[in-house]
Amino acid sequence: MIEFVDIALLVLLGITAFSIIRQKNLFAAVMMVGIYSLLSAGLFVVMDAVDVAFTEAAVGAGISTVLMLGTLALVGHSEHQPQHRPILPLFVVILTGAVLVYGTLDIPPFGDASNPAHHHVAPHYLEESEHEIGVPNVVTSVLASYRGYDTMGETTVIFAALVGVLLLLSLGPRPRRVFLNGRWITVAASEKDASKEGVRDVQEDSVQVSHEEEDSGDTNG
Amino acid sequence: MFVAATVGVLASMSLAMTRALMGPTVYDRVLAVNTFGTKTVLLIAVLGFLTERPEFLDLAIVYALINFIGTIAVLKFFEYRDLGWTRHPEADAE
Repeated sequence: MIEFVDIALLVLLGITAFSIIRQKNLFAAVMMVGIYSLLSAGLFVVMDAVDVAFTEAAVGAGISTVLMLGTLALVGHSEHQPQHRPILPLFVVILTGAVLVYGTLDIPPFGDASNPAHHHVAPHYLEESEHEIGVPNVVTSVLASYRGYDTMGETTVIFAALVGVLLLLSLGPRPRRVFLNGRWITVAASEKDASKEGVRDVQEDSVQVSHEEEDSGDTNG
Repeated sequence: MFVAATVGVLASMSLAMTRALMGPTVYDRVLAVNTFGTKTVLLIAVLGFLTERPEFLDLAIVYALINFIGTIAVLKFFEYRDLGWTRHPEADAE
Protein backbone atom coordinates (compact mmCIF):
# COMPACT_ATOMS: atom_id res chain seq x y z
CA MET A 1 0.00 0.00 0.00
CA ILE A 2 2.86 2.35 0.84
CA GLU A 3 4.32 1.65 -2.62
CA PHE A 4 1.01 2.69 -4.16
CA VAL A 5 1.03 5.95 -2.17
CA ASP A 6 4.64 6.53 -3.27
CA ILE A 7 3.80 6.02 -6.94
CA ALA A 8 0.69 8.21 -6.75
CA LEU A 9 2.57 11.04 -5.03
CA LEU A 10 5.48 10.79 -7.50
CA VAL A 11 3.10 10.91 -10.49
CA LEU A 12 1.43 14.02 -9.07
CA LEU A 13 4.91 15.50 -8.42
CA GLY A 14 5.91 14.91 -12.06
CA ILE A 15 2.71 16.50 -13.38
CA THR A 16 3.25 19.50 -11.11
CA ALA A 17 6.88 19.93 -12.22
CA PHE A 18 5.96 19.88 -15.91
CA SER A 19 3.11 22.32 -15.40
CA ILE A 20 5.48 24.71 -13.57
CA ILE A 21 7.83 24.58 -16.57
CA ARG A 22 5.06 25.12 -19.13
CA GLN A 23 3.21 27.79 -17.15
CA LYS A 24 3.49 31.33 -18.56
CA ASN A 25 1.49 32.99 -15.79
CA LEU A 26 4.01 33.37 -12.98
CA PHE A 27 1.36 33.59 -10.27
CA ALA A 28 -0.03 30.20 -11.30
CA ALA A 29 3.55 28.88 -11.29
CA VAL A 30 4.01 30.09 -7.69
CA MET A 31 0.81 28.32 -6.69
CA MET A 32 2.06 25.12 -8.35
CA VAL A 33 5.38 25.45 -6.49
CA GLY A 34 3.37 25.47 -3.25
CA ILE A 35 1.65 22.24 -4.34
CA TYR A 36 5.05 20.78 -5.31
CA SER A 37 6.51 21.30 -1.87
CA LEU A 38 3.39 19.98 -0.13
CA LEU A 39 3.72 16.83 -2.26
CA SER A 40 7.41 16.42 -1.46
CA ALA A 41 6.62 16.92 2.25
CA GLY A 42 4.12 14.07 1.92
CA LEU A 43 6.81 11.92 0.29
CA PHE A 44 9.25 12.70 3.13
CA VAL A 45 6.62 11.61 5.66
CA VAL A 46 6.18 8.34 3.76
CA MET A 47 9.98 7.86 3.95
CA ASP A 48 9.87 8.45 7.76
CA ALA A 49 11.93 11.65 7.49
CA VAL A 50 9.41 13.54 9.60
CA ASP A 51 11.73 16.41 10.54
CA VAL A 52 12.72 16.97 6.90
CA ALA A 53 9.05 16.95 5.95
CA PHE A 54 8.38 19.48 8.66
CA THR A 55 11.10 21.81 7.34
CA GLU A 56 9.89 21.32 3.75
CA ALA A 57 6.34 22.28 4.66
CA ALA A 58 7.37 25.30 6.75
CA VAL A 59 10.04 26.64 4.36
CA GLY A 60 8.84 25.30 0.99
CA ALA A 61 5.10 25.75 1.23
CA GLY A 62 5.01 28.54 3.81
CA ILE A 63 7.90 30.99 3.60
CA SER A 64 8.92 30.38 -0.04
CA THR A 65 5.42 31.06 -1.35
CA VAL A 66 5.32 34.34 0.55
CA LEU A 67 8.82 35.31 -0.67
CA MET A 68 7.91 34.44 -4.28
CA LEU A 69 4.76 36.55 -4.00
CA GLY A 70 6.89 39.40 -2.68
CA THR A 71 9.11 38.99 -5.75
CA LEU A 72 6.06 39.00 -8.03
CA ALA A 73 4.96 42.26 -6.42
CA LEU A 74 8.27 43.77 -7.60
CA VAL A 75 8.62 42.19 -11.07
CA GLY A 76 5.04 41.67 -12.31
CA HIS A 77 3.40 38.34 -13.03
CA SER A 78 3.75 37.47 -16.69
CA GLU A 79 6.72 35.76 -18.29
CA HIS A 80 8.65 37.51 -21.06
CA GLN A 81 9.20 35.81 -24.38
CA PRO A 82 12.55 33.97 -24.08
CA GLN A 83 15.42 35.47 -26.09
CA HIS A 84 17.11 32.14 -26.81
CA ARG A 85 16.11 28.63 -27.72
CA PRO A 86 15.74 26.17 -24.82
CA ILE A 87 18.10 23.52 -26.30
CA LEU A 88 21.19 24.43 -24.25
CA PRO A 89 19.38 24.72 -20.87
CA LEU A 90 17.59 21.43 -21.57
CA PHE A 91 20.93 19.76 -22.30
CA VAL A 92 22.47 21.13 -19.09
CA VAL A 93 19.47 20.02 -17.00
CA ILE A 94 19.43 16.51 -18.49
CA LEU A 95 23.20 16.17 -17.98
CA THR A 96 22.96 17.33 -14.34
CA GLY A 97 20.05 14.97 -13.72
CA ALA A 98 21.97 12.06 -15.24
CA VAL A 99 25.01 12.81 -13.02
CA LEU A 100 22.77 12.97 -9.94
CA VAL A 101 21.09 9.65 -10.81
CA TYR A 102 24.55 8.14 -11.38
CA GLY A 103 25.55 9.44 -7.94
CA THR A 104 22.65 7.61 -6.28
CA LEU A 105 23.70 4.24 -7.72
CA ASP A 106 26.23 3.37 -5.00
CA ILE A 107 24.30 4.86 -2.09
CA PRO A 108 23.48 2.18 0.53
CA PRO A 109 19.93 0.75 0.30
CA PHE A 110 17.07 2.76 1.85
CA GLY A 111 16.21 1.80 5.42
CA ASP A 112 18.88 -0.90 5.77
CA ALA A 113 20.00 -1.47 9.39
CA SER A 114 23.61 -2.10 8.27
CA ASN A 115 23.96 1.35 6.66
CA PRO A 116 27.06 3.32 7.74
CA ALA A 117 24.81 6.06 9.15
CA HIS A 118 23.69 3.65 11.88
CA HIS A 119 27.19 2.41 12.78
CA HIS A 120 29.54 5.37 12.80
CA VAL A 121 28.80 7.82 15.62
CA ALA A 122 25.03 7.43 16.01
CA PRO A 123 25.18 4.69 18.71
CA HIS A 124 27.66 6.77 20.69
CA TYR A 125 25.39 9.83 20.52
CA LEU A 126 22.33 7.80 21.52
CA GLU A 127 24.02 6.15 24.50
CA GLU A 128 26.32 8.85 25.82
CA SER A 129 24.72 12.22 24.99
CA GLU A 130 22.71 12.50 28.20
CA HIS A 131 25.86 11.64 30.10
CA GLU A 132 28.21 13.93 28.21
CA ILE A 133 25.99 16.91 27.38
CA GLY A 134 23.17 16.63 29.88
CA VAL A 135 20.38 17.56 27.44
CA PRO A 136 17.54 15.00 27.35
CA ASN A 137 16.80 15.56 23.64
CA VAL A 138 19.45 13.81 21.51
CA VAL A 139 18.76 15.91 18.41
CA THR A 140 19.31 19.11 20.39
CA SER A 141 22.57 17.88 21.89
CA VAL A 142 23.89 16.85 18.45
CA LEU A 143 22.85 20.13 16.87
CA ALA A 144 24.01 22.49 19.60
CA SER A 145 26.97 20.67 21.11
CA TYR A 146 28.53 17.85 19.06
CA ARG A 147 28.11 19.87 15.86
CA GLY A 148 28.15 23.28 17.52
CA TYR A 149 30.71 24.83 15.15
CA ASP A 150 28.79 23.49 12.14
CA THR A 151 25.57 25.06 13.42
CA MET A 152 27.33 28.35 14.10
CA GLY A 153 28.67 28.36 10.51
CA GLU A 154 25.19 27.67 9.15
CA THR A 155 23.61 30.50 11.10
CA THR A 156 26.42 32.82 9.92
CA VAL A 157 25.69 31.89 6.30
CA ILE A 158 21.96 32.47 6.77
CA PHE A 159 22.63 35.80 8.48
CA ALA A 160 24.90 36.91 5.61
CA ALA A 161 22.23 35.90 3.08
CA LEU A 162 19.58 37.84 5.01
CA VAL A 163 21.76 40.97 5.13
CA GLY A 164 22.42 40.68 1.38
CA VAL A 165 18.72 40.32 0.54
CA LEU A 166 17.76 43.24 2.76
CA LEU A 167 20.45 45.42 1.16
CA LEU A 168 19.25 44.50 -2.35
CA LEU A 169 15.60 45.15 -1.48
CA SER A 170 16.36 48.53 0.05
CA LEU A 171 18.17 49.81 -3.09
CA GLY A 172 16.22 52.82 -4.29
CA PRO A 173 12.70 53.86 -3.27
CA ARG A 174 9.88 51.49 -4.13
CA PRO A 175 6.97 52.47 -6.37
CA ARG A 176 3.94 53.49 -4.33
CA ARG A 177 0.28 52.98 -4.94
CA VAL A 178 -2.20 55.59 -3.85
CA PHE A 179 -5.98 55.43 -3.76
CA LEU A 180 -7.05 58.57 -5.61
CA ASN A 181 -10.52 59.53 -6.86
CA GLY A 182 -11.87 56.01 -6.35
CA ARG A 183 -9.17 54.06 -8.17
CA TRP A 184 -5.64 52.75 -7.70
CA ILE A 185 -2.77 54.72 -9.20
CA THR A 186 0.79 53.41 -9.35
CA VAL A 187 3.21 56.20 -8.63
CA ALA A 188 6.75 55.82 -9.93
CA ALA A 189 9.42 56.54 -7.36
CA SER A 190 10.55 59.78 -9.03
CA GLU A 191 7.00 61.13 -9.25
CA LYS A 192 6.30 60.42 -5.62
CA ASP A 193 6.58 64.01 -4.40
CA ALA A 194 4.57 65.30 -7.38
CA SER A 195 1.74 62.89 -6.62
CA LYS A 196 1.69 63.97 -2.99
CA GLU A 197 1.22 67.55 -4.17
CA GLY A 198 -1.57 66.36 -6.46
CA VAL A 199 -3.33 64.71 -3.55
CA ARG A 200 -2.91 67.88 -1.51
CA ASP A 201 -4.44 69.96 -4.36
CA VAL A 202 -7.47 67.69 -4.51
CA GLN A 203 -7.92 67.93 -0.79
CA GLU A 204 -7.63 71.71 -0.84
CA ASP A 205 -10.22 71.86 -3.64
CA SER A 206 -12.66 69.78 -1.66
CA VAL A 207 -12.03 71.94 1.39
CA GLN A 208 -12.79 75.09 -0.62
CA VAL A 209 -15.97 73.51 -2.00
CA SER A 210 -17.14 72.69 1.48
CA HIS A 211 -16.44 76.26 2.58
CA GLU A 212 -18.53 77.59 -0.31
CA GLU A 213 -21.35 75.29 0.65
CA GLU A 214 -21.15 76.57 4.19
CA ASP A 215 -21.25 80.15 2.95
CA SER A 216 -24.29 79.49 0.76
CA GLY A 217 -25.93 77.81 3.71
CA ASP A 218 -25.31 80.90 5.78
CA THR A 219 -26.83 83.24 3.18
CA ASN A 220 -29.88 81.02 2.88
CA GLY A 221 -30.27 80.99 6.63
CA MET B 1 -10.64 0.96 5.90
CA PHE B 2 -7.56 3.18 6.08
CA VAL B 3 -6.61 1.91 2.62
CA ALA B 4 -9.94 3.14 1.25
CA ALA B 5 -9.44 6.48 3.01
CA THR B 6 -5.93 6.81 1.51
CA VAL B 7 -7.21 6.11 -1.99
CA GLY B 8 -10.00 8.63 -1.49
CA VAL B 9 -7.62 11.32 -0.26
CA LEU B 10 -5.24 10.68 -3.20
CA ALA B 11 -8.14 10.90 -5.66
CA SER B 12 -9.32 14.21 -4.21
CA MET B 13 -5.69 15.46 -4.28
CA SER B 14 -5.55 14.81 -8.02
CA LEU B 15 -8.92 16.56 -8.48
CA ALA B 16 -7.68 19.63 -6.57
CA MET B 17 -4.52 19.64 -8.67
CA THR B 18 -6.59 19.50 -11.87
CA ARG B 19 -8.37 22.65 -10.73
CA ALA B 20 -5.05 24.34 -9.95
CA LEU B 21 -3.78 23.41 -13.44
CA MET B 22 -6.89 24.52 -15.32
CA GLY B 23 -7.59 27.72 -13.43
CA PRO B 24 -9.07 29.75 -15.07
CA THR B 25 -9.20 32.55 -12.48
CA VAL B 26 -6.65 33.30 -9.78
CA TYR B 27 -9.11 32.48 -7.01
CA ASP B 28 -9.63 28.98 -8.42
CA ARG B 29 -5.91 28.41 -8.04
CA VAL B 30 -5.73 29.87 -4.52
CA LEU B 31 -8.65 27.71 -3.45
CA ALA B 32 -7.12 24.66 -5.15
CA VAL B 33 -3.79 25.12 -3.34
CA ASN B 34 -5.59 25.61 -0.03
CA THR B 35 -7.63 22.46 -0.63
CA PHE B 36 -4.46 20.63 -1.60
CA GLY B 37 -2.82 21.64 1.68
CA THR B 38 -5.83 20.32 3.58
CA LYS B 39 -5.61 17.06 1.63
CA THR B 40 -1.91 16.80 2.56
CA VAL B 41 -2.85 17.16 6.24
CA LEU B 42 -5.46 14.42 5.83
CA LEU B 43 -3.00 12.21 3.92
CA ILE B 44 -0.37 12.48 6.67
CA ALA B 45 -2.98 11.67 9.32
CA VAL B 46 -4.31 8.66 7.39
CA LEU B 47 -0.76 7.44 6.62
CA GLY B 48 0.05 7.59 10.34
CA PHE B 49 -2.82 5.23 11.10
CA LEU B 50 -2.10 3.09 8.02
CA THR B 51 1.47 2.42 9.18
CA GLU B 52 0.24 2.16 12.80
CA ARG B 53 2.17 5.16 14.06
CA PRO B 54 -0.47 7.81 14.80
CA GLU B 55 2.08 10.09 16.48
CA PHE B 56 2.48 11.87 13.11
CA LEU B 57 -0.86 13.48 13.90
CA ASP B 58 0.67 16.55 15.57
CA LEU B 59 2.80 17.12 12.47
CA ALA B 60 -0.43 17.21 10.46
CA ILE B 61 -1.82 19.86 12.81
CA VAL B 62 1.23 22.09 12.24
CA TYR B 63 0.74 21.65 8.48
CA ALA B 64 -2.78 22.96 8.88
CA LEU B 65 -1.39 26.09 10.61
CA ILE B 66 1.18 26.67 7.84
CA ASN B 67 -1.50 26.22 5.20
CA PHE B 68 -3.69 28.83 6.89
CA ILE B 69 -0.87 31.41 7.12
CA GLY B 70 0.11 30.79 3.48
CA THR B 71 -3.44 31.35 2.26
CA ILE B 72 -3.71 34.56 4.30
CA ALA B 73 -0.45 35.80 2.71
CA VAL B 74 -1.65 35.01 -0.82
CA LEU B 75 -4.98 36.72 -0.29
CA LYS B 76 -3.30 39.74 1.29
CA PHE B 77 -1.10 39.96 -1.79
CA PHE B 78 -4.22 40.07 -3.94
CA GLU B 79 -6.03 42.62 -1.84
CA TYR B 80 -3.12 45.08 -1.61
CA ARG B 81 -0.82 43.92 -4.50
CA ASP B 82 1.96 44.08 -1.91
CA LEU B 83 2.85 42.22 1.25
CA GLY B 84 4.24 45.22 3.15
CA TRP B 85 0.99 47.09 3.85
CA THR B 86 -0.14 46.99 7.42
CA ARG B 87 -3.26 49.13 6.94
CA HIS B 88 -5.47 50.07 4.05
CA PRO B 89 -3.58 52.30 1.60
CA GLU B 90 -6.60 54.58 1.29
CA ALA B 91 -5.78 55.83 4.76
CA ASP B 92 -2.17 56.29 3.62
CA ALA B 93 -3.08 58.50 0.64
CA GLU B 94 -5.11 60.91 2.70
